Amino acid sequence: MAAAKNSLEGRRRATDDPLWAKVLVIGTVMAFLALVLILPLAAVFAEALRKGLDAALLAINNADALAAVKLTLITAAIAVPFNAAFGLCASWAIAKHDFKGKALLITLIDLPFSVSPVVAGLIYVLIFGLQGWFGDYLVDNDIKIIFAVPGIVLATVFVTFPFVARELIPLMQEQGTAEEEAAVSMGASGLTTFWRVTAPNVRWGLMYGVLLCNARAMGEFGAVSVVSGHIRGLTNTMPLHVEILYNEYDFVGAFAVAALLCLLAVVTLVLKTALEVVQPGNSGFGRGRGGH
Amino acid sequence: MTISIRSVDKKFERYPALSRVDLEIADGELLALLGPSGSGKTTLLRTIAGLEFPDAGQVLFDGEDVTFASAADRRVGFVFQQYALFKHMTVAKNIAFGLDVRKGKDKPSKAEIAQRVEDLLKLVELDGLGKRYPSQLSGGQRQRVALSRALAVQPSVLLLDEPFGALDATVRKSLRKELRRVHDATGVTTIFVTHDQEEALELADRVAILNKGSIEQIGTPDQVHDQPETAFVCGFVGEANCFEGQVGGGQFSAGALRLPAGGVREGSATAYVRPHDFVLDDAGFEVRVDRAHVQGALTTVSATAADGRPIEISASRAEAPRFQGTVKIVARKAHVYAA
Repeated sequence: MAAAKNSLEGRRRATDDPLWAKVLVIGTVMAFLALVLILPLAAVFAEALRKGLDAALLAINNADALAAVKLTLITAAIAVPFNAAFGLCASWAIAKHDFKGKALLITLIDLPFSVSPVVAGLIYVLIFGLQGWFGDYLVDNDIKIIFAVPGIVLATVFVTFPFVARELIPLMQEQGTAEEEAAVSMGASGLTTFWRVTAPNVRWGLMYGVLLCNARAMGEFGAVSVVSGHIRGLTNTMPLHVEILYNEYDFVGAFAVAALLCLLAVVTLVLKTALEVVQPGNSGFGRGRGGH
Repeated sequence: MTISIRSVDKKFERYPALSRVDLEIADGELLALLGPSGSGKTTLLRTIAGLEFPDAGQVLFDGEDVTFASAADRRVGFVFQQYALFKHMTVAKNIAFGLDVRKGKDKPSKAEIAQRVEDLLKLVELDGLGKRYPSQLSGGQRQRVALSRALAVQPSVLLLDEPFGALDATVRKSLRKELRRVHDATGVTTIFVTHDQEEALELADRVAILNKGSIEQIGTPDQVHDQPETAFVCGFVGEANCFEGQVGGGQFSAGALRLPAGGVREGSATAYVRPHDFVLDDAGFEVRVDRAHVQGALTTVSATAADGRPIEISASRAEAPRFQGTVKIVARKAHVYAA
């Protein structure tokens, strides 16, 4: 009977798929994830711990490895705040204002996404290298950029340039300018308006962008590899150090440092997930779950 | 505070938003800017606020030229259609914002600000909701917060852009009364934008009607309704039957309809007759009643003239039984404009 089909038990939503389809689709995704993501990740840790935890810790706890960790952290500590500041400025300019060359600026921000990191590295070698445009000047004044920390930072900044801006531009555009106009009409200066109205409205997006930017800054290989010169203890970042150890058949060492990089990535992901939980809904606000 | 708008021009790209607009607003007045969308009413309001700047002309506050003064320097209170409340601040912080961003000796003490917030919440009947966030309020409550936030800085003029546009009919009506009450209590010069003629006519001391970037007429609600100066105003404000016809010998004719048209240029013309200005009269012309239904105290009649023109008539409820079959009507009042 038609009435029986209308009972609560038999009621389904129009978008519900049959069970076998669900199993098939979800199963495929899970299998793929396991094969391409989880298995390699597990392999990294398995390889690192192949000769026991002590061997792995020893591989990390030596001067060269610690120098690589330190350099990676320094690079990220410079590149991330710089790009966060730049991203905030750029997205503010683009989303809240109209000016000539706006389209060009948007395109330029995307450039690092579309250019191979190796090319990005080569650009800096071309400009600051010994045979480069400013080569003579730099040598005369004893300034080292290529094969030194400044070059690594520059290359990282270039590669991680778009992350924060790309996160914030759509968010700010969606929010419009009414709140800023309200603030200004109540007598707030431009700077006050920015700090008290614009910035708080995008703080979750900003944090998210900073996390992604940080993950990439720590993990960047291509561009950094070109400008670094691979000097152990001086210009090796963690990804470069992994490669060197691997090429020297020091598998435990390579995978131990790689595992450390993975842990950094995992921390980033956990923070990102935590952000999504803390930030209820997609509205960018919502204080329903307790106070400030 | 008096506000003078002197031949203000404003273009967006090439599209003229305001052309040669003149407007004088008296101290303590409640003025409505009424017009269809795209008529320039919001642009005019934003120009007064200092959120837009005119290409030509002047804006004077109390005789002082503020044409290019920033919004921050004008001390205006602005209420946005979509409230534009600060989502990450409590209601109390929202209202306090304008006082809180002041610097040095202009900035009131914390206790003074708290007191002011308290008073304003009471004024808009939101006492006790200061600790809520905007997302926890209804649309009507949010707009009340926006209103009290705009009033917190003791603005010299209060500007509202379609303040009730996003609200449902019941809330809109009660907020209308509220705005009138707040205006009367504070005495602040108030200008609001609306496309809803009922709202404008009910609420405002005077109404300025805009069309295509120009002001068509400024007057009291009665004036713009009863003595419309242009065809646009007549058609836009209030209900009206519109007739295209000819003027000749001081008379307008369209089909069997004859209307006095002294002083109107001969040739083709447009006549407007309000539904309640058609009355039963044996000396009139015949129309066939299609439908007569009683709505409250009124009878609304849909009729058709002999030449097929539809005619709307509004009569008292008591007259309902008389509108049956074919009846004769005359227009006791009409507005005729040369085309």
